[in-house]
Amino acid sequence: MAVTLLVALLSSLTSTLRDVLPIAAVIIAFQVFVLRRPIANWRRVACGFLFVTLGLAVFLVGLETALFPLGETMARQLASGPIVGQEPGAQPDVVLPWFRYHWAYLFAFAIGFSATIAEPALLAVAIKAHQVSGGTIHVWGLRVAVAIGSGIGVTLGTLRIVTGLPLPYFIMAGYLIVVVQTFFAPRQIVPLAYDSGGVTTSTVTVPLVVALGLGLAAQIPGRDPLAEGFGMIALAVLFPMITVMGYAQLAQWSNARAAGNRLAPANLPTNTSG
Amino acid sequence: MKLSDVQFVAKLVGRPLWASTRDLLPIILVVVVFQFFVFRQPLDNVGRLLMGVALVISGLTLFVAGLELGLFPLGEAMAHDFARKGSLPWMIAFAFALGFGTTFAEPALIAIAGKAATLAVVEAPLEQQDALREDYAFTLRTTVALSVGFALAVGVVRIIMGWPIHYLIIAGYALVMLLTPFAPSHVIAVAYDAGGVTTSTVTVPLTAALGVGLASSIKGRSPLIDGFGLIAFASLTPILFVLLLGILF
Repeated sequence: MAVTLLVALLSSLTSTLRDVLPIAAVIIAFQVFVLRRPIANWRRVACGFLFVTLGLAVFLVGLETALFPLGETMARQLASGPIVGQEPGAQPDVVLPWFRYHWAYLFAFAIGFSATIAEPALLAVAIKAHQVSGGTIHVWGLRVAVAIGSGIGVTLGTLRIVTGLPLPYFIMAGYLIVVVQTFFAPRQIVPLAYDSGGVTTSTVTVPLVVALGLGLAAQIPGRDPLAEGFGMIALAVLFPMITVMGYAQLAQWSNARAAGNRLAPANLPTNTSG
Repeated sequence: MKLSDVQFVAKLVGRPLWASTRDLLPIILVVVVFQFFVFRQPLDNVGRLLMGVALVISGLTLFVAGLELGLFPLGEAMAHDFARKGSLPWMIAFAFALGFGTTFAEPALIAIAGKAATLAVVEAPLEQQDALREDYAFTLRTTVALSVGFALAVGVVRIIMGWPIHYLIIAGYALVMLLTPFAPSHVIAVAYDAGGVTTSTVTVPLTAALGVGLASSIKGRSPLIDGFGLIAFASLTPILFVLLLGILF
């Protein structure tokens, strides 16, 4: 096992290096040929790149040995006979009503929520948002809002795989809500809410959720993994936008109530431009 | 090593180590709770899984430490320098290159492209499958990388001109809705997922740093209102480009 692990680590390191090197090359080329100045603290920056590459390589091996197989095992167990309430000895290819998969929905929500809370990219953006907002936006408040949205998204994605309903219907309904919310949410939060959609799905979440989706599509009778196993990521991106704008609207409303008047507080101006 | 160096390293590594342990606990908890209370059976290969979890934690720790050490300060400094230089074409070129480079290297996109490619070629003759799969994955990755480069270039123009982000986003999604009925069904879900996959580990921090750095160095731009929004636009254009790829080819 130690040898296979070492081989996995080395091959992961090569592919990560191949992925990170072009980025380093682009940055150095622009710095040297366009900006024509040396990189400040270049030893620190080189050290940072080394850490990022090593960390990503180790992380990806961990994902392959732990989280990816885990997603598949979970999908298999969640769609297994006793969990969906099938009689022992019943035909395995019988199509069951959608509500029989309630454990799968619950697991999807829990995984969407906890995988997003664990997202390093989300943490990075939350810290940035906290800094530039002068403390108005709380790091944990933003993270929880995004995680709830991501949980809802993965749950709906599971429901879609179980029922086989077309993905564009879900997407269109979701974006209609986003468009309506955009006109009522505090103006400062709008770009941030849009961005939190994109950051929910990073290297932790994507393999886990894709493994779950493809695993479920392979288990549930009548589902085709290529056409129906994907789509969970798209929904996990969409719903955090709704919950983050909801969080901002709620914060604005409770601030206004605490101030004892119906006016919006000065630090969260209402969106009047749209 | 001086004492201050030791303290610096301890702070640099200690904080993300604690953060990633704390962040991973909820996932482990969910799985353990389901295993014991819903499935009521022990997990297979617990030793291997624990080893993988240890790798995930140490990897995350190194990654965050490296980000704070190198990528974040550099990205912001370069955005400042480009803003001061005042050359719009170079700034657009920088944004495009950054978007293309980081996306093509994105591990999550590599994973999705591989999965989609494997599923897409199952019906092809066996001896052609390897070449077809590689071709499919490469085309998908290039298309998505081009679309993110395009998104960042437009995003830079947006920050400089001060266009409101929601007009761009709403127009983009209207276009996505318009194109969806014309795209072949096997492309639609992959296209929509590509949007979320692109903005992952490496791209997000660098893009956020680019946007915030640019907006805070231009007079009259608020980093909060104008700095963010690049990522949102970068998860919209891949859907458009992949749908178009599916319609045209």
